[in-house]
Parts: sequence; structure tokens; C-alpha cells
Amino acid sequence: MKVHEYQARALLAEAGVPVPPSEVVETVEQAGAAYEKLQGRVVVKAQVFAGGRGKAGFVKLCDSVEQVREAAGFMLTNRMVSKQTGPAGVPVRKLLIASAVEIDSEYYAAVVVDRARRRPVVMVSREGGVEIEEVAARNPGAIFKQWLHPHLSLLHFQTAQLVAALGLTDKEQAQAAGRVLRGLVDVFYKYDCSLAEINPLVRTKAGQIVAIDAKLNFDDNAVFRHPRLQEMFDPTEENPNELRAKQYDLSYIALDGNIGCLVNGAGLAMSTMDLIKLHGGEPANFLDVGGSVTAEGATEAFRIILSDPNVKGILVNIFGGIAKCDTIAEAVVAAAKEVGFTVPVVVRLEGTNVERARQMLQEAKIPQIITATDLTDAAKKVCAQVA
Amino acid sequence: MSILVNRDTKVICQGITGKAGAFHTARCLEYGTKIVGGVSPGKGGTTSEHGLPVFNTCHDALAATGADVSLIFVPSSFAADAALEAADAGCSLVVLITEGIPTLDMVKAREYLDQRGTLLIGPNCPGIITPGECKIGIMPGYIHKAKDGKGRAVGIISRSGTLTYEAVWQCTERGIAQTTCVGIGGDPVKGLNFIELLDMFEEDPDTDAVVLIGEIGGSDEESAARHIERHVTKPVVAFIAGRTAPPGKRMGHAGAIISGGEGTAASKIEALQQAGVVVAESPATIGETMAGLL
Repeated sequence: MKVHEYQARALLAEAGVPVPPSEVVETVEQAGAAYEKLQGRVVVKAQVFAGGRGKAGFVKLCDSVEQVREAAGFMLTNRMVSKQTGPAGVPVRKLLIASAVEIDSEYYAAVVVDRARRRPVVMVSREGGVEIEEVAARNPGAIFKQWLHPHLSLLHFQTAQLVAALGLTDKEQAQAAGRVLRGLVDVFYKYDCSLAEINPLVRTKAGQIVAIDAKLNFDDNAVFRHPRLQEMFDPTEENPNELRAKQYDLSYIALDGNIGCLVNGAGLAMSTMDLIKLHGGEPANFLDVGGSVTAEGATEAFRIILSDPNVKGILVNIFGGIAKCDTIAEAVVAAAKEVGFTVPVVVRLEGTNVERARQMLQEAKIPQIITATDLTDAAKKVCAQVA
Repeated sequence: MSILVNRDTKVICQGITGKAGAFHTARCLEYGTKIVGGVSPGKGGTTSEHGLPVFNTCHDALAATGADVSLIFVPSSFAADAALEAADAGCSLVVLITEGIPTLDMVKAREYLDQRGTLLIGPNCPGIITPGECKIGIMPGYIHKAKDGKGRAVGIISRSGTLTYEAVWQCTERGIAQTTCVGIGGDPVKGLNFIELLDMFEEDPDTDAVVLIGEIGGSDEESAARHIERHVTKPVVAFIAGRTAPPGKRMGHAGAIISGGEGTAASKIEALQQAGVVVAESPATIGETMAGLL
């Protein structure tokens, strides 16, 4: 789960990370009022999950209430288009208006789980303000790391080494940076983050250490134990079909192609997409119905797939284990009745209760259904149908 | 021969009175697995629907039954704790089926299990099976083929569930038996990984070759490739799921995500090919590729 920058700033500020004064607004009037409070030079930032805001013109420095109102008006009425949003862009509903600071140096600080070492790692760099992947590719030596023991948090000596790596020698600045790192690690643990990042962390010309931009991502598996995060969840940033799928315990991701997929198991679902591509088709989605799928869940899966206007054919690929083939067959028959198939549906079933499932499909005599004997046959047939 | 589990393995099931625990305990017993008891806090002293003794704690269960492997079907919010309890009670192997366990819970649990010398399979996995002898997990038993006489047999290691069944089925249909199949799970922080299991299969005299099924996310396949190049003499066939997966999107499994340019299928396939591994192009040709190699 992701949250907006203003929400991440709030959580970090509570943990003792200094951030410049700011206001969150939803209208031009509110933006003007926010400027009256903040005064001086401010930065107006669109609050959307997608990156590339600066280049798209959705981060603006302003020195007057007129400039703030103009920037706010532009951002709230235009869709933001960046590399990450695709050509359609995304609407902007909230703006963060923050006092600007005079930057002396920019740093990077983050905590993530190192999968290979199976423990959190704190990373800092003197090369702040740019994408860390870029730094990692260009100059990996510029990133300094300290791994956290699974049963301990950030230790005093580790903090000292991280701060030293940032080159902060002034005692007060070093102590301030240490507090920032401890606050970042506290937030990481307290809210089960998968990523806690401050970029840039800056030293101002006045010698203050403050966080200018922050990003927090959370472990979806742990959100259940954080009511605070549940409150912060913003459904308007999610794909509506993906949200709908979640309510039925289906794992669905919308893609650009025209062949809908309904599969059990994440690995098999990914491979089914690969197989379609291998035979010249383009998958319209990733869909794992899961192991404990019910006929109702699977019927909803068909509804979601068919609500995508690009879908010209569907491939059902089930290897019954815990999920039983006859449950899927029941859903196919129900979906044909309730939803109505407007496109050909190629069905490949194997595993638990497959004989009964095949019989059910045969008896139902649904004209759009094409049965396949194996995986390759299924992929070829569905690709031929949409070609 | 096989790795990790065989016909003598004695197993308890944590969560035996739950819906999934009860259902799969029944399937494992049918297969011939020696499940000798279960754990369900508050229900100690009762008997499960399978006629097995139920205990309040793992400690009680192990003391009374002599089991040393635990199969866990506990809900995700308590599952890591269940694994800790199994390790503390002295289990040598824990098979953790549960999906959706918070990553930081697994970070702590794995460290403790390592300290206790307890091996872990999973979480978010189908479990482990030595065909014809012992099934500890949720995979359909009948698709597997036990080694008989002089026939060839492979070991299977996989991050996926149903994709493993697919590979097993393709092997079985071609007369290729399996010594042991291990689903290591789709989570970012887990127990046994490719390298440890490759070493076990390398040493198992009955395993002629290994099938390795990976997917996007992380760098475990790249590490496995480097290990294979130096330490594995048996043939390895691999398949990597997710060539068409878009970056930044979690593809069902918590660990299946391409982030910051790391974890692409292309990088894994290239590393494996460089290590001499034959990588199947299609999920439909894993068995065929293995048959060609044997």
C-alpha cells in the first residue's frame, strides 16, 4: 500500500523528523489561504502516487499568493501526464503547499528489506535529490549501508557510521541527522513499511537538517494491524477493477492487451501471460483466482475481465489442486448465463475433479466455449480467435 | 532416496481443527503421511476428526508423539508465532503453508529458526512431497510419480504452487519420476532457498536432475545460477515466470515484483543460461525439455 507525500510527512514528523511547515489543500481558495499562513517562498506539489511530477510541471515554486493560486488552479484542473502515468494521465485532487528552504546540500536516506540477507537495510548517500537506482547504477560506492539485526533496531554505532558517511562533521548537524535516521527506522518498524525513504534530506543554508520529500510504502500483508494506515488508504488512486477483485480475494492486474486470463495460482497466471505472448497474443490482465476460490468469486472474475472493453477473447487455465476444476466449470456455466459471453472463451482444465468439470461444460452447450487439450493448444487457440 | 522427508517422517499439524488444516491433514493421511497429532490452543485433550490427539502446545505434541516436523495452517496474523513455537519445541523442519504473513514477522522468525537449527519451508507455499512416501502440504498427490527400479527421477524446487503441479504433471506423463518436490514459496523472506536445496539434490543418489522454477522479483535465481556453475554437476532445467510482467506491479505473490530494475525475468534467464542451465521457453515444455536432457 502507498500513501501520499503529505501523509508520509505527517508520519515522519510524528517520529521526530523535521519537515518544513506545510498545508494540504483541495481548492484554489484554500491554496490562497495556505499561502497567507506560510508567507515567503513556497513550493506547490500535486499529491499523486505517480512519479515525474517536476518534469510534468506539477511541482512549482511560488513567491506570491497570485502565483500560488495560478499554480493550484492549473494543477487541480489538468490531468498530470508523466512517464509513469501513461498518456491518459491522472487527476490531481490534493496539493501540498510547503515553505521552501534554501538548500546547501542534498542527501538520501532510506530503509528497505534486503531480501537476500533477510533483514532491513538502512541506506544513505551524499547524492540526494536524484533517483537512487540511478546512483546505484552510476556510482554504487556512493551508497553506504548498515544492515539491522532482525531482533534489534538501529544501534548507536550504526547511526554514527551512517552520519559519518554523509560527511556531516558539525556536531549539531550530525546529531540532527542521527535523529532523522532513528525516526525513519522507527516509522519503518512501527508501520511495517516495505520502503521508508527521504529524498532529498537537506542541509539548509542556515545549517538545519530537514526532510523535503518522503515516500512510504507499506507491506500489504501487515495493513490489517494498522488502523492509522487503513484510514489513510486512498481508493481514488487505485484501479477500480483491481479494488473490486480484492473484495472477492482475487488478485487482478489490468494490462494493455486483448486476451483476458483467468488462472489459479500466481506463478501459473504469470506463465499464462508469457505463453500468450509467446504465441503472438497480448494479455489483457493478470488474474489469479487463488486456491480457495468459490463459484461466486470465479463468476465475479469473469465480470471483471469482460468489463474491460479491449478483451476480445478469454483464456481459462486451471490446474486444480486445492481449487477444484468443477468449481471453475460451475462458474463458467453461471457466468455464461448471468454475464453472457460476448467473446470466445478457451478453457483448459487439468487436475482435481477434471472429469466432472469437462462433463459439466459439455452438457451446458455454451457456443462461445472452445476446449483445449493442453497449455500450448489453449494458447494457440485463443490467439487464433483474437487474430 | 529423497531429501528432507520420507516414509518415516512423523508430522504434527498446527491448526488441525481449522477448515484448511483439517481438510489437508485428511488428504496427507490418505497419501500415507504419518501425521501423528495436531495442535490447537484450548482444544488440548480432544481428538481431531481424523482420530488424532489434539494438544494445546507444540511442546506437548512433540513430547507425546515423537514427531519432529510441523505442518502449519495457522492464520497469517499468528503464523510466524506458530513457527517460532514449533522451533522452540524442537522441530527440525517446519512447513509453513500460510499466505499473507507480514514480512517483518518473517524476518524475526527466520532468524530465530536459524538459531535453533530448525529448517523452514515457505511461507506462502504448497509444501513438500516425496512421492509414494510422504506428502506434507496441499499439492494434489496423484499427479506425482514415485521412483521405481531404474527409471529416471528429478528433484523439483519452485517458488510457485500450481506452476509446480504443471511441471510435475508434465514429467509424470513422460515417465519421469520425482524424488522430492519442494515449493519454497512466493514471499520475499522465506526459509530454504534454491541453493540449499540444490546441494541436497546434488548429494541425493536417486536424483538424476533438477527442475528449478523461478519467477520475477529478487535475485535468488541469479544467486542459484552462480552456485550451479561452481557446485552442481547434475543437469538443471529451469523455467522463469513473468517475462511479460510490467515493472512495479506485484504479480500475486508478495515477492513477485520488479523494482528498481532488479528482478526481471530476462536477468534471471541470462544468468541461468550462462551457468549451463537449460531454460524452457514455455511453461508447457518443462517436462519435454527435461526428457530431452535425460
